[in-house]
Amino acid sequence: MTPEELEQIANSEREAQAGISQTVNVCVAAGCLSCQSQAVKDALDKEVARRGSGTRCKVKGVGCMGLCAEGPLVSTSDGTLYKAVAAADATALLDGLENGPVKRLLCPTDVPFFQRQQKIVLENSGVIDPERIEEYIAASGYRALIRALTEMTPVEVIAEVVKSGLRGRGGAGYPTGLKWSTVAKAVGMQKYVICNADEGDPGAFMDRSVLESDPHRVLEGMLIGAYAVGASEGYIYVRAEYPLAIKRLKTAIRQAEKLGLLGTNICGTQFGFRIELRLGAGAFVCGEETALIASIEGSRGMPRPRPPYPAIEGLLGQPTLINNVETFANIPPIVRNGGEWYAGIGTEKSKGTKVFALAGRVQNTGLVEVPMGITLREMVFEIGGGIPEGRQFKAVQTGGPSGGCLPAECLDMPVDYESLARAGSIMGSGGMIVMDDSSCMVDVAKYFMDFCMTESCGKCIPCRVGTYQMHRLLDTITKLEATPQDVVLLEELCDLVKNTSLCGLGQSAPNPVLSTLRYFADEYKGHIERNQCVAGVCGKEAQP
Amino acid sequence: MTAVAKVKTLKIDGRDFSAREDESILDVARQNGIFIPRLCELEGLSTVGACRLCLVEVKGSNRLMASCVTRVEEGMEVVTTSERLQRYRKGIVELLFTERNHVCSVCVSNGHCELQTMAQKLDITHIHFPYRYPKAAVDASHDRFIIDQNRCILCTRCVRVCDEIEGAHTWDLMGRGIDCQVITDLNQPWGSSETCTSCGKCVQVCPTGALFEKGRSVAEMEKRRDFLPYLQLMRGEHQ
Repeated sequence: MTPEELEQIANSEREAQAGISQTVNVCVAAGCLSCQSQAVKDALDKEVARRGSGTRCKVKGVGCMGLCAEGPLVSTSDGTLYKAVAAADATALLDGLENGPVKRLLCPTDVPFFQRQQKIVLENSGVIDPERIEEYIAASGYRALIRALTEMTPVEVIAEVVKSGLRGRGGAGYPTGLKWSTVAKAVGMQKYVICNADEGDPGAFMDRSVLESDPHRVLEGMLIGAYAVGASEGYIYVRAEYPLAIKRLKTAIRQAEKLGLLGTNICGTQFGFRIELRLGAGAFVCGEETALIASIEGSRGMPRPRPPYPAIEGLLGQPTLINNVETFANIPPIVRNGGEWYAGIGTEKSKGTKVFALAGRVQNTGLVEVPMGITLREMVFEIGGGIPEGRQFKAVQTGGPSGGCLPAECLDMPVDYESLARAGSIMGSGGMIVMDDSSCMVDVAKYFMDFCMTESCGKCIPCRVGTYQMHRLLDTITKLEATPQDVVLLEELCDLVKNTSLCGLGQSAPNPVLSTLRYFADEYKGHIERNQCVAGVCGKEAQP
Repeated sequence: MTAVAKVKTLKIDGRDFSAREDESILDVARQNGIFIPRLCELEGLSTVGACRLCLVEVKGSNRLMASCVTRVEEGMEVVTTSERLQRYRKGIVELLFTERNHVCSVCVSNGHCELQTMAQKLDITHIHFPYRYPKAAVDASHDRFIIDQNRCILCTRCVRVCDEIEGAHTWDLMGRGIDCQVITDLNQPWGSSETCTSCGKCVQVCPTGALFEKGRSVAEMEKRRDFLPYLQLMRGEHQ
């Protein structure tokens, strides 16, 4: 594959697309598929075939369009977006291409949910067919790779990533450029690149959507990373609960291999890289990098103490670059447009955009990409459209089981790594769960503790037994049987588990408890002193 | 091949020491008679950093470091005992006591138990977390040995000695979190194990009365660990 050949593929694809005057895009990512978007697509296909208009009109399966709450979503080439489309609407939709939009299915796009977003990672999501490499190439795909391979040295590639200010999107926010240069400088017989696609936070589906909607972007990011650090082998560790993402990744790898974008002598250079998939077997802790590496090596997925960090001693003891899906997905546009362009977006210390999975008690649940530094209030009330059924906002949970619950006082806080950490939560991988006054915060803390307890690997004592004990105390409180002494014990355990656990799972497991104790101390008090749960969730009878 | 290891100097509890760069903080402490509590580490086996009792404070790091797996660094300043560290260590040992059923008065290892000794060293007189009282199994199917899960603290010494020294890998782990337990083969009765060589090394390295020889009564099970330094020495010379 030479730059000219790539350009040729892009041009012929664009020409083919230009020949079609009307396209109907049906979302075939997991969210819309679960509400029968495949049937919609089939019905549209059938109707187009019946009308014999296949040469002018094309029905296309595309990735996630974001507003998952209103699926199945369908968009047309004239810029119309339809929501909650059923198979029976196929005729009406195709008629609408000629006679103007179908009013009853219209989904307005001039609302904050769409207007406030800035799409970099998701630029192709909902636009291209994720199962065709030609469409990705036509959308400037693999151009960054070719540019890196033919015009840049590995050092220059890393310099661009450093300049961009990109930080790890998996949760901890480690500077990506620094990680890359560490692996590049590390000495080893063989280096590896691993993409962490073991997304496990409850309510989070950013990585899944990226893999389902634009898998080639992740492959391209990994390829550029491999070139920058000098790796020739790569793994994508993806959880087996994402069958569609796995299927599309397999397709994408096969297509890239066929075009010579994966394999040996890529683009006529010395650089070679191959990617293998590894499927996770459902353990949350395998998202922790050392546990993930142990799992790829064929061992039980348990973390080991760091240092040494994987950048120095990773897979099979060799230097290993391990980044999250979204981090890799940011790389092609950074190399294409330059690090400075990316650094112009976001805040001083948190650059670029972040994809969030907006879930819980908001009108517009779905997938959004926003510039860093947007406030929580904008997220919840403008993009999210506020709380349904006229209820009161209570808290927003970020960072999953490792994060915290932030109250209304924090709503005007900017969403960036430092602000969230100061407030007692974390950026995390991008799960954002909104809660209203029907949620009891003690019960929420108990839910997350139950999650951590069940997902603890059992290796270190504080996490294995500490999470059990904390869960038991929270259970006593939600049964309205606790004494003030129980909260003292709970705080003591939080401190112990946070500071002595081996890996991030244990170290962050107390966060949901600590943040609710900090912001919702009154609710704990109510449970203990007044035997009362303001949300009406807790009590002896309510417990299973 | 003789690798050239560099020598580093560091401070432990205010005293200056020199150490090879491939040594851990715990190695240096041990050589110089500084006691750091630990239950999973055993000289001669690989280190896993799992029990978290050997955590120490390292100046300049806001995280506590497990001294068994943290290699020495030039100019490092280590504190092995502080009010905070002792509080955490007590908490961790207390959690162990609540996890399974540790009843010293009826235990074969009473008086020779590392968990018991550790509790005494840390001045633990009461457990202030609630006990779990789980129903745990006893497997007496082996001719000579018994595993009593009630007394297991999941240090994984048995797993490591069987894999690294005996080369049999009969022991392993199953289950997650609080349900985690050591198993023989694929959770088959020990007596039916086709991989076990009945060497008894697992029994000797077990810190508590979880693994013991048949025929031992209360307080009669003393463990013999001398084979480990011996094997380590012999293998070291051989290489």
